[in-house]
Amino acid sequence: MKDQNFASPIREKLKGVSRRDFMKFCGVMAVSMGLPLGAGTQIAEAITNPKRRPPVIWLHGQECTGCTESLLWTSHPSLEHLILDLISLDYHETLEVGAGHQAEAALKKSVKDNAGKFILVIEGSVPVKDGGIYCKIGGRPFADIVKETAAKAAAVIAIGSCASWGGWQSSAPNPTGATGIPQFLKGTTVVSIPGCPPNAYNFLSTVLYFLTFKKLPALDELGRPKFAYGRLIHENCERRPHFDAGRFAEEFGDEGHRLGYCLYKLGCKGPITHANCPSILFNEVGSGAWPVGTGHPCFGCVEEGIGFTIPQFTEADIEIVTPAAAHAPIQTKRGAGISAGSAALVGGIVGVAIGAGAVAAKRMGDKDKGE
Amino acid sequence: MEIKRRDFLKGLAGSAVLAMASPAMAVSSEKSRLPDALGILYDSTLCVGCQACMVSCKRANNMPIEYSGSQRQWDNPVDLSSKTLNIIKVYENGTHKTKDREIDGYAFVKRHCMHCVDPACVSACPATAMTKDAKTGIVTYNKDACIGCRYCQVACPFDIPKFEWDNPFPKIVKCQLCNHLQAKGQIPACCSACPTGASLFGPVKDLAIEAERRQNMIAGKYYEFPVSEISSTKIQVHKAQKYIPHIYGKNDGGGTQVLMLAGVPFNKLGLPMLPDRSYTAIAENIQHTLYKGMILPIVAFGGLIFLVKRTEKKKKE
Repeated sequence: MKDQNFASPIREKLKGVSRRDFMKFCGVMAVSMGLPLGAGTQIAEAITNPKRRPPVIWLHGQECTGCTESLLWTSHPSLEHLILDLISLDYHETLEVGAGHQAEAALKKSVKDNAGKFILVIEGSVPVKDGGIYCKIGGRPFADIVKETAAKAAAVIAIGSCASWGGWQSSAPNPTGATGIPQFLKGTTVVSIPGCPPNAYNFLSTVLYFLTFKKLPALDELGRPKFAYGRLIHENCERRPHFDAGRFAEEFGDEGHRLGYCLYKLGCKGPITHANCPSILFNEVGSGAWPVGTGHPCFGCVEEGIGFTIPQFTEADIEIVTPAAAHAPIQTKRGAGISAGSAALVGGIVGVAIGAGAVAAKRMGDKDKGE
Repeated sequence: MEIKRRDFLKGLAGSAVLAMASPAMAVSSEKSRLPDALGILYDSTLCVGCQACMVSCKRANNMPIEYSGSQRQWDNPVDLSSKTLNIIKVYENGTHKTKDREIDGYAFVKRHCMHCVDPACVSACPATAMTKDAKTGIVTYNKDACIGCRYCQVACPFDIPKFEWDNPFPKIVKCQLCNHLQAKGQIPACCSACPTGASLFGPVKDLAIEAERRQNMIAGKYYEFPVSEISSTKIQVHKAQKYIPHIYGKNDGGGTQVLMLAGVPFNKLGLPMLPDRSYTAIAENIQHTLYKGMILPIVAFGGLIFLVKRTEKKKKE
């Protein structure tokens, strides 16, 4: 019934997506951003209004295209339809049909026609060493393309860890001088969606928030949307009770690992990594669809200075330290008992005192004799 | 110049007689409860051992993390210390199967400053660094007045004041009932964090009535329990446990502003069994009597002069 009432232009736009699925999608987006459920309707309106349909230009720098892949492989039934049909993806090297000069012409035209209106998404880092020669597209350094395009964009989104802070190419010795977009475009507001790859919903939610409310979502000091990166993995992890109780997997495949114990001792970076992975999960396949859920310690891929920097199996220094589930006993032993060193020291002092006493007594005796 | 053994013992016996006589001569200096005193009612039977109070205490008072042993994962103090103002401890016996049972059971206890009616630390402090608020009765510490003698540590029957041994400019550290939060109209962090109402903040006279009410509850029946604050509208319904017939702190050690209820005897929970008359009152009685009008010191001094003179005289002879 309701499906019939669904305005026909919208239905046309949705191309085979049922109203039910579409509204469900909008609801999911609203919830993942921590917005009230009613916002789903606003989002639906925003993304079905052709006048508001914004052009998106997607640039690729030094990266592996994993971010694009993750966006394409989300298993929501109608996601690819919505994204391909509802935003105007004017330039995307992986997805576009055109190639070579034709593609570059499309980019130029879109930038010119939509100056100040398009969303610029950048995937991958910018090599700045040696005049930026390590990444060139159409014979031009990627650094120049980014600078030129960003100047005309309505909003700049850095997707993935490479674009957000340099990613794995920026690990020492960083031969290409790989730089993240926020560092490269100093002074421009860049929304970072780090992750290797990032959860596609963190990206989609940010884009839809911008389309719906005409402003960027609340960002933290690193330019990351707070709804996605405002929480610590360790504080929201499904295995946290095992951590508090001191039940750890000591090595891969051991009894504790098979029982789903905490992976802290295997080098999990959850205690120092800010992301919503345990809350939002990946690929909508149900519970456990995130690294820790599958039995692999968190790698800290979203955090600069953690992912690709701290070795995988190195234990993290806990950021928010809380008591364990164990309690102190009523009576506690004080001190560590007598150590060999302290015994020797005390023995020495006693010995000196006895010796001094004996000498003093002897002298007194001599004095008495003398008298 | 030589004091004969005989004379010395004579003098010693004389002073002993005076000391023995003094308490009988003394007027009781025992302090009574302040009418507007504030405190906490801790109910061990409601405590679930979640340690939310320990976490919030550390946060509210900006206290450092305390690792114990070689582990670096948890903030795990084993006792109160210069880094820990509040701790949940556990009593365990036998199979530790049933909560709040002495045999084959377990029980939680929360330890922090009891804010004594007649605090020994305040009495022992020679520099007025430890003071008891004249209105709320909260025992606070002033680091600027402290001379670092640690008499308060020795005096406290509950072993509460802790010294910063690892600090070159050390302070005494103890619970001050979050008076910095109370100044902002808030309640102590441990009470606001407690999810079950095991730590209940309020005026001691109201808490005492509440404690009596709980003492009269029939074990196994359901009753309403306020959460966080005695005047709170947030109420939880719990099954009353079997309380031991003892409100700790009502009279113990001259009374404390932190009252406790439990299903396990308090000595098992590590609380000292104290006489109803505070040690402070006993000690102050002896001292104040001895020094009353400086009569005894003058007599003692006179006695000493007499002994010396006599010895001198004998020597000359």
